[in-house]
This record gives sequence, C-alpha cells and structure tokens, in this order.
Amino acid sequence: MRSFVSKDDIRSWGGILQGQHFVSRPNWRDQLPRSIAEARDADHSLLAIGLGRSYGDSGLNPGGALVDMTALGRIISFDPATGLLRAEAGISFADILDLFVRRGFFLPVTPGTRFVTLGGAIANDVHGKNHHLAGTIGRWVRRIGLLRSDGTEIELRDDDQTGLFAATIGGLGLTGLITWAEIELMRIPSALMDVETLPFANVDEFFAVAAESEGSADYTVAWVDCLAKGNALGRGLFTRARHAPRGTKLARVEKPKLTVPFSMPSFVLNNLSIGLFNSLYFYKGRRAAGKATTPYLPYFYPLDSIGHWNRIYGRRGMYQYQSVVPPVTARDATTEMLKAISKAGEGSFLAVLKTFGEKVSPGLLSFPQAGTTLALDFPNRGQLTLDLLSRLDDIVREAGGRLYPAKDGRISAAMFRAGYPAWETFAQHVDPAFSSAFWRRISE
Amino acid sequence: MRVIILGATSAIAEATARLYASEGADLLLVGRQQAKLDAIAADLKVRGAVRAETAVYDLAAPENVRSALAQFCATLGGVDHVLIAYGVLGEQDEAEQLTDVAEEILQVNFNSVAAWCLAVADVFEGQARGSLVVLGSVAGDRGRRANYVYGAAKAGLATLVEGISHRFASNGPRAAIVKPGPTITPMTEGMNRKGALWATPEQIARVARRAADRTGPVFYAPGRWRLIMLIIRNLPTVIFNRMSI
Repeated sequence: MRSFVSKDDIRSWGGILQGQHFVSRPNWRDQLPRSIAEARDADHSLLAIGLGRSYGDSGLNPGGALVDMTALGRIISFDPATGLLRAEAGISFADILDLFVRRGFFLPVTPGTRFVTLGGAIANDVHGKNHHLAGTIGRWVRRIGLLRSDGTEIELRDDDQTGLFAATIGGLGLTGLITWAEIELMRIPSALMDVETLPFANVDEFFAVAAESEGSADYTVAWVDCLAKGNALGRGLFTRARHAPRGTKLARVEKPKLTVPFSMPSFVLNNLSIGLFNSLYFYKGRRAAGKATTPYLPYFYPLDSIGHWNRIYGRRGMYQYQSVVPPVTARDATTEMLKAISKAGEGSFLAVLKTFGEKVSPGLLSFPQAGTTLALDFPNRGQLTLDLLSRLDDIVREAGGRLYPAKDGRISAAMFRAGYPAWETFAQHVDPAFSSAFWRRISE
Repeated sequence: MRVIILGATSAIAEATARLYASEGADLLLVGRQQAKLDAIAADLKVRGAVRAETAVYDLAAPENVRSALAQFCATLGGVDHVLIAYGVLGEQDEAEQLTDVAEEILQVNFNSVAAWCLAVADVFEGQARGSLVVLGSVAGDRGRRANYVYGAAKAGLATLVEGISHRFASNGPRAAIVKPGPTITPMTEGMNRKGALWATPEQIARVARRAADRTGPVFYAPGRWRLIMLIIRNLPTVIFNRMSI
C-alpha cells in the first residue's frame, strides 16, 4: 500500500456519513495498475472517487481503498468537426466548460453542479434539465477505458454486446476503474441562456405547464415551496430555458464569491427560517416572473457560487432525497409526497420537481426513467427526519418508483432491488475487487 | 510567446503550462519520459497551445548544457520564457548517513539547475529580453532538521537566481525564484497533507506565471508564505530549536 495514505476525514457531500479510507492520488494513468495491485495485495476493496459530490454512501468505501482520480484530468483528443472529446476520467465538467464554451460547445447533459468529474458523471449516469430531449449523459458516451482488477484494460464502445458498457454507465464505479472516456459535446450558439420563469399555484398547474413546455423548451425545471399547505400545496416557480441564439461565447469566469468556512450551528436552519426562505423565494420569484437573458453559469449552477454550501446544514449534515415515479402514478404520488412533507413540517430549501422524458437510459442501474422526479434536502434531525423519509419511501415504492443512488445513504436493500430489477444482471459485471458502502448495503 | 519548460512532467510545471497554453503559447516540454511528455503535449494543444513540442533529456545530469539549450531554442525558433521546475525531495535521513545520497540531492536540485540557469542567462542577455522562472522552496529560507540538505540546495538556487536578476537589472531580461510552501504533488505523496497550509499545483502555477511578467525576484507561493517565512527566519534560535517543524 505504498501509494496509499490513511485518511479519516473523507465525508459524503451530505455530511452524515464518514469513514477511514486508504487513499491514493495518482498523477499518471500508468500508475493505476500498481494502485489496484497494491490494494488487492493488502486485501482492501477498491473504489474510484472524484470531486466527492455524491450525497450518500455510493462514494465511500470505509476501511477500504479509494483511488482519487482528480489529478487525472488531461484531454487526450478533441475533434471540432464532430465534437468528440476524449479525456482522462478525472477532468471536471467545470474544466470542460471553461475550455469549450468559448469554442461554441457545451456539455450535452449536465447536473446541477459543474464540480463533478467525467468518470463520476458516467458512473452515476447523471441527468439535467434537458432530460426530455437529451436523456442522460450515458447516451452521449461513445467510448470508455475500463481498467479491471485483473490488470486488463478494456475499451468499451457504445455498441458493446457484452453488457459491460451498460453496466458501467450508472454502475457507481463498481465494474472497474473508469480511466478515460469519450463523449460527444453539443454545439451552442452563445454562452447565454434565455430563461422564462412562470409561477404555478399547485401540483395540477405544475403538470399543465410542464406538459406545455416540453415541446418548446430545451431545459425545464421547477422549484417547489414544500412547506406551503392546503390550497397552496405544491406552489412554486417553473423555469424553462434555451441557449440564446445570439450573444457572446465568452463566459465570465465566476469564482465562488463566498464560501461557508465551517459547519453552521444547527439552530440556524429551523422550520421557521426554512419556511420564511421558501415564502420569500416564492413571492420574490413571482414578482420577477417573466423572460430574461442570463449567463449560463448562474442558470445551470446557482449553488456553485457558494463554496461548501453543504455546510449550512451544520455538523449533523443533511439527507438528500430524489425519487422518480412513473407517469401513471406521478400526479397522485407527487401530491401525496408533498402533503407528507408539509404535514411533517420538515422543510426543504431546494425542492426540485421535473418531468423526465421517454429517452431510455443506457445503464443497467441508471436512475432516470419516464415520469416525474422530486429532489429534496432535509437537515438531519435524526429519527424525525428518518421517519419522514421512510414515509416517502412507502409512497415511491407503491407508485412503482425508485430512488437515486447518488443521493441515497439509507434505503433498505429490498427498496433498492424493487426499484432496480436489473440489479442482479448488473451484479454479474461487478469487478470482484471493487466495492462501496452503498453496494455492500444493498447487495448483501 | 515561446516557452521552454525544463521538468515539464512535474505537477506544478504542467499546471503552469496550461496557463501558457490558454494564452496560445508555443511550448517545448523537456523531461525524461516521452510517453508522459506526449500525454501533456496532447492536452496542451487542445487547451490552446499553438505548438507543444517535446524533448527527452536527463536534465539532472546534463552533458553539454549550452548546446542542449541552443537546440531547445532552435526547436521553437527562439525563446521568451524559461521555466525550470524539476527537483527531488530526497530522504533526509539517508542523506545524513550516505554522502552520495546527499550529493545526489545537491546535484539534482542545485548543481544541474544552476548550470541551466547560467546558460539561459547568457541567451537572455544576448537577446536583451526573456524571463527565467525557477522553482525554489520555502525550505531554503531556514535550515530545518527535516529537510536541510534539500533546503540548502534551494537556498543556493535562490541566491543564484537573485544574482542573475541583479545582473539583468534594468537590462531587459528578468529572473525570478518562486518559493512554494507545501504543495499537493507527487513529490509530497505519502505525507499527511491535511490543513490550510497545503496548496494545489494550480495555486503555485498562477504565481509562477505571474512571476515571469513582474519584477521580483522572490515570489512566495501562495503569497502568505512571505509573512510566515519572515517570522520563521527571525525566530530566535532558542525558540526555533524547541520547535518540531
């Protein structure tokens, strides 16, 4: 284990889970086989990590080895004619945007933070606000370099017939080490976004405006005030956007303006402050509703401008909860979930509601499927919070939905298996030397 | 802008090369391993470098520094900036017991770098312009038991570069020594790299890039090390000797 150092401060982004790990941070791809061999010789299971934005336990491997991929961020090749970008797995989406927006290219799919690595994005088959058009990032992956623990490096192609490509997309890093990947970037006319904000008064209005928008808008998402009750249940702000047809291709490089230097005391976030924030946000948004043109950074990544925003949840951390329920049950299940949250009085700042389109996710364990997704975060208040989350689990399960592993750290093996019937097929592709806290929890 | 980087596979050199690439520079990357140089060159070209050439050379054991440097310059058709970024931390314990280990540390970090610096100085003086940036270390500011052989080499280097800067004074060319604090690079792998004093290669790279355009000649990286080292240099020996730093 010469290249590994013991660290006890690796935490999930939610801040609830933590563990001791042996961590190696190689600078060259040709060091990776040695790292794998060292971990195997010491009988430690392996997992790759990137920028650590997974909320739960899918990016943790307590007691085992972690290969930190963030020093492997080199571009291998780029073809401006096709938009094909091949790069080492540790390159960040932030780096890709910095380099390519000015040339008129954009990520085909991006999650709500640009501080994720290419390898991590593939391992979680991330989605974005354009899911109804573009599907998940996995649909834009053409090649993957996968290093297995037996020392073989496989070049997986998107027309792969062995099942290993489909297992690796959204495979949570369990099929081996993703060392590089090739993705197709998409052309954009400018670095600006045309954004339209529409307030909606309740869940029914959300579904109406979502249905109407998906034909015309490239990006759609809604914020929901989940502490509103009664007639206002499910009120919120719907935004729809597209890349502005004209304007500059130069984005203002935005450094985090402020950072949260330490975990805030937990009394800062309480139901009163969250409720106040939600009401203010709703009324402010409703007043400012309408059309605007904005730079792409604040549109796609509002939270990236605050370094370590997760620390506002204090030392006890937070739970993220993201579910998807199929179209037939979406309306009822969403209403029921919002009612349960409102009734429990466990507020969430960042309740996000979006409809997923019909585009099929290529990964065996990909989260997105047609239907409606609700993403929430809750300050960790111990049993109170866990009780609410298991109430939500029941609604999701009954509605035939499932939860996003990147945001989970908690659900039962049974709940996971019910949502991901392909998990047994997936398990056959797992590299025997790789594991994670998540995988042990749901497979054993 | 034509830039020669000696020790181009170091993490700080690579991060600095990316800054030059974003300015559309012509780069020559010199190091020992072709495959690594090729990987960096491919990356830099996509990042905006107009040219990213490579040359394999054992910089720490140079045969004929001046003719090698002339060849490097010819590759780019001239030179504007030179960054010297290679070095080795070495094992202090071994260096205390084995003379050749100590000599090796001094050869890599001081003797060979000094030879390159002097050769570059002549080229820059001849063309009456150019910027030489050399990576030193805060370890050169005061000898500490943990790494004083390495520190002595870096101290010598700082004096040498200061001297070259003095020689250039008001003459066009510049010379600067960049002194990083502890940095998260392969050189410090295996150390406990927690805490606010550890910097990233990107932070050091920004200082190194800026150093080429400014009058120095001493640049601490990040800048707060100037104050920290001012205090450490001026600590009375009775206090310093009690500290395990």
